[in-house]
Amino acid sequence: MPGYTRKATLAVLLAGTVMVAPALGDESAELVIDGETLITRAPAPEHMENMSEIMSGWLFRSSETQAVQMDDFDNPGMLYVDEGLDLWNVVEGEAGESCASCHGDAESMAGVRTQMPHVNENGELWAMEDYINNCRTERMGAEAWGWESNEMLSMTTMISYQSRGMPMDVQIDGEAAPYWEQGREMYYTRTGQLNFSCANCHEDNYGNMLRADHLSQGQINGFPVYRLKWAGVGSIHRRLRGCITDTRAETYGRGSDELTALELYVASRGNGLSVEAPSVRN
Amino acid sequence: MKLTALAAGALMIAAPAIADEVAPGDVVFGEYGVVETSLTGVVGDPAAGRDTFANRRLGNCLACHQNSDLANEQFHGNVGPTLDGVGDRWTEANLRGILVNAKNVFPNTMMPAFYVNEGFVNVREDLAGQTILSAQQVEDVVAYLMTLHD
Repeated sequence: MPGYTRKATLAVLLAGTVMVAPALGDESAELVIDGETLITRAPAPEHMENMSEIMSGWLFRSSETQAVQMDDFDNPGMLYVDEGLDLWNVVEGEAGESCASCHGDAESMAGVRTQMPHVNENGELWAMEDYINNCRTERMGAEAWGWESNEMLSMTTMISYQSRGMPMDVQIDGEAAPYWEQGREMYYTRTGQLNFSCANCHEDNYGNMLRADHLSQGQINGFPVYRLKWAGVGSIHRRLRGCITDTRAETYGRGSDELTALELYVASRGNGLSVEAPSVRN
Repeated sequence: MKLTALAAGALMIAAPAIADEVAPGDVVFGEYGVVETSLTGVVGDPAAGRDTFANRRLGNCLACHQNSDLANEQFHGNVGPTLDGVGDRWTEANLRGILVNAKNVFPNTMMPAFYVNEGFVNVREDLAGQTILSAQQVEDVVAYLMTLHD
């Protein structure tokens, strides 16, 4: 495991002497929302051989960004939760049903986020978006939503919010094992002209500065995330594509088997951290 | 005056013979990954190298390295070592070797190879067969780094 404290200290020292002065957040801060303390540090899951502690990306953000997530009235991601709650009750499609027609209250979705992505009854690994669209097309007789559409983002944010505070707990063995292995292989493979793997930044160098970017562990327990850079909520696959593109590699489509497998592996590196949806990042 | 004229004359004669660029696949590496011979035969320009170093679309070296000579540029990374005084710590051949392919010197380094054009996984289609920097840009950056003294 990298000497996190030492590196962080070095970053602070450098910040004092050179032009390295993006605002670093308080890494010892506690994420408390509505009186509930979320788990932002946890022992690394057993399968992670190179690390001993996992940390939420919230800890790596500036104090200002941290504060926005701590107040649901300030958190712009909560607008997506509201929109998702409205959509939950909208009757659409030939069957004349809404989500609520079958599932009842949205609270019944508590725990779902913690297990996503998940192998379906046909043995295929599905992300939450796949389950939602399957409900729409097969049960409701409605049109599928685009992966990054406002409707899909609102629905995934609202459903994920029902699990806020619950620890991530994706399955990695049994039927999930081959998908997890595929994702793990992707995580450690150096790609693109810059020849970076996910691990180069998010395992070997978290806590360090990449220009103005304070490198985090690349955890996805906070998704869907309200990203200041996007001025909106975005999906996990959107974020993964951004990183892959940054290595100057060809990337994969949203909803592709590759990104879903990578999502599973990255999610499993966060097993034990609280679901934070909607989180706020820069 | 006379000496300068002589030197200039010698360069003019010598230049056409060695002006051909060394292709990425033809670079000769010595012990510890050093590259003794210039990639172009044209002396590197430190001022152009400084621009290439700082340019986010070219070297983007500040992404990972701190460099006090560019203190006017905001936000220097610390993934790699500081480059203050790097011209005192390494020879030109060492620095050329590290820029061309740092993995020959530091096997597990994260540092990209700036003058390698093959062997990448899933490289973006429009960049296939391309190097990050041109041969002359590498020479310019080497010349610039050699000006960085403690």
